[in-house]
Amino acid sequence: MTTIAISQPRVQQRSRMGQIFRYLRRNKSLAVGIFIIFLLIAFTVIGLLTISPSKAYPLQAASKKPPSLKYPLGTDFFGRNLYAAMAVGMWQTALIGVLAGAIGTMIGVVLGFTSAYFGGPLDAAIKGICQILTPIPGFLIQVIIAGSIDKRSVTIYTMAFIVVLLAWMGPTLVIRSQVLTMKERQFVSVAKLSGVGPMGIIFGEIMPNLLPFIAAAFVGQVFYSIFASFYLAVLGLGPLREPLLGNIIWSANGQGAFFNGWWWWPIEPAVAMILILGSLALINIGLDEVANPRVRKAE
Amino acid sequence: MAFARLLIRRLLFLLVVIWAASTITFFVPRLSPRNPVRERFAALARSGGFSPTDLEKIIAAYNTKFGFDKPLWRQYTDYVGSLARLDLGLSANQYPKTVIQLIQESLPWTITLLLTTTILSFIIGNLLGAVAAWPRAPNWLRSIATPFMLLQGVPPIILAVLLLFFLGFKLKLAPLGGAYSIGVIPHFSATFVWDLFKHQILPALSLIFGSVGGWVLSMRGMGVTIQGEDYVIFAEHKGLHGFTIFRDYFLRNALLPQVTGLALALGSVITSGILVEGVFGLPGLGSVLGAAIQSNDFLVIYGIVLFITVSVATMMVIVELLYPLLDPRIRV
Repeated sequence: MTTIAISQPRVQQRSRMGQIFRYLRRNKSLAVGIFIIFLLIAFTVIGLLTISPSKAYPLQAASKKPPSLKYPLGTDFFGRNLYAAMAVGMWQTALIGVLAGAIGTMIGVVLGFTSAYFGGPLDAAIKGICQILTPIPGFLIQVIIAGSIDKRSVTIYTMAFIVVLLAWMGPTLVIRSQVLTMKERQFVSVAKLSGVGPMGIIFGEIMPNLLPFIAAAFVGQVFYSIFASFYLAVLGLGPLREPLLGNIIWSANGQGAFFNGWWWWPIEPAVAMILILGSLALINIGLDEVANPRVRKAE
Repeated sequence: MAFARLLIRRLLFLLVVIWAASTITFFVPRLSPRNPVRERFAALARSGGFSPTDLEKIIAAYNTKFGFDKPLWRQYTDYVGSLARLDLGLSANQYPKTVIQLIQESLPWTITLLLTTTILSFIIGNLLGAVAAWPRAPNWLRSIATPFMLLQGVPPIILAVLLLFFLGFKLKLAPLGGAYSIGVIPHFSATFVWDLFKHQILPALSLIFGSVGGWVLSMRGMGVTIQGEDYVIFAEHKGLHGFTIFRDYFLRNALLPQVTGLALALGSVITSGILVEGVFGLPGLGSVLGAAIQSNDFLVIYGIVLFITVSVATMMVIVELLYPLLDPRIRV
């Protein structure tokens, strides 16, 4: 008797991590964006672990020292250790971005859903407000709001709040248009006919299909919030004591850093901003590819 | 008259936007606990010479003078009335100059810089984008667009800092700021005009580099869809010269939607222009706004914000109304 070994057709079962890595190899912009974000997070974490955050505030170091072994990124006119200031500033920038981005996206999802799903006068009102607010440069309204607040009481959280006030129109319109197309699809009609209630349809049928759009809207909002808070800080409307990246550039500019030869002072936050915004833009392009299979590249 | 109806609708919409913007600039500051009159006199009092009771009297007198003691609705109607007379109030810091005067003095600088850079980047960006989407263009020409696309997400103010560092500080090719060299008295001569020009190079470059990429991207996207249009294929089969197809069939049609893009971009153009002016210390609206923020000169802040908002909204409506003239297919 001989046993015949029948070779089992083996289904290639890759681990979940393996699948993600394989996808990232194909989606280059997502991969590069995530890589830069990791580098920035590593810098911030190492910075916060190796140096006391209190060194990021004025009168903590000899002033106006160029980068050296003692001060890896130099010090500024006011005696901030810029290494500590950059670490704290990146952390605060990220905090504002994620906080304002999350709240803005949430408001957008709720408003966009109600607007598109229930329609009627509510939809008209929400759409009308978005349309009237869109031609007004939001940044200028933020200047008014930030200018009306007592500068001593401005904190990181106030900044996030000011940014959110005018940052929900974008996601609202995006989510609204997506829900509008989705609620006419067949799977929604089938669910309705089989007696699923409106909540069940929203959370069980439409929401899962919207997730890539919500993720993309969130990244876009984080991008916008970092941008907006940076602009406000560069104009001197931020929390002036905090080492926010925009604040560092604002104070360097106010002290004529280039005229006096202190080049490292404004350059460091500028490079950091480029890396932050660049990585977010790359991630956004990458997520677009996930959400929109038509632009997906062949393997 | 369909066009008249459209005109009236757009003008009504413009009025609503102006009303919304002015109402926000009226109510937001009044919702805040800050009191500009009190702050200013408290600062004066700290420098000495006032008894607290006198201070209260002075503040009350100024509140009456500026109408802050009237009921809120009365202040609001007064405010709308003065806006209709183009009266934005007085500057507290450069008294007795009015806000309108400050805007008039600084506006030419801003308009010159923004108009030149916007037109230049619109032309450069659209040409590069069209070439990048045109399959028959030589490869080296198509690759010029790539670095601009990478710069697209970078705010012009950061480009300004980097350009200042490399071109101004390291290579000393351009001055580090100001509108003209220190110690020069403005006069009309070739050397002075050259001096003015030199000081505008870096601000202009940062604004152009910051915005060309956006035009390249949208133009390239537009061009790719137009390549497959029937009239382009027909023109090719007729045996028309490649450049003629590019100019008359491809570029002209792809350019139309970009005009709408121009209207939408105005807000961000002005925002980044203001910040770049601040970095270089050019005497435009941006520097006036920055100085007003520094010194809590509230009426100047509100006046400039309102002025910019209204002009952006107006220009958007104008572009929208001109669009049917450019594109004969959209006859209303």
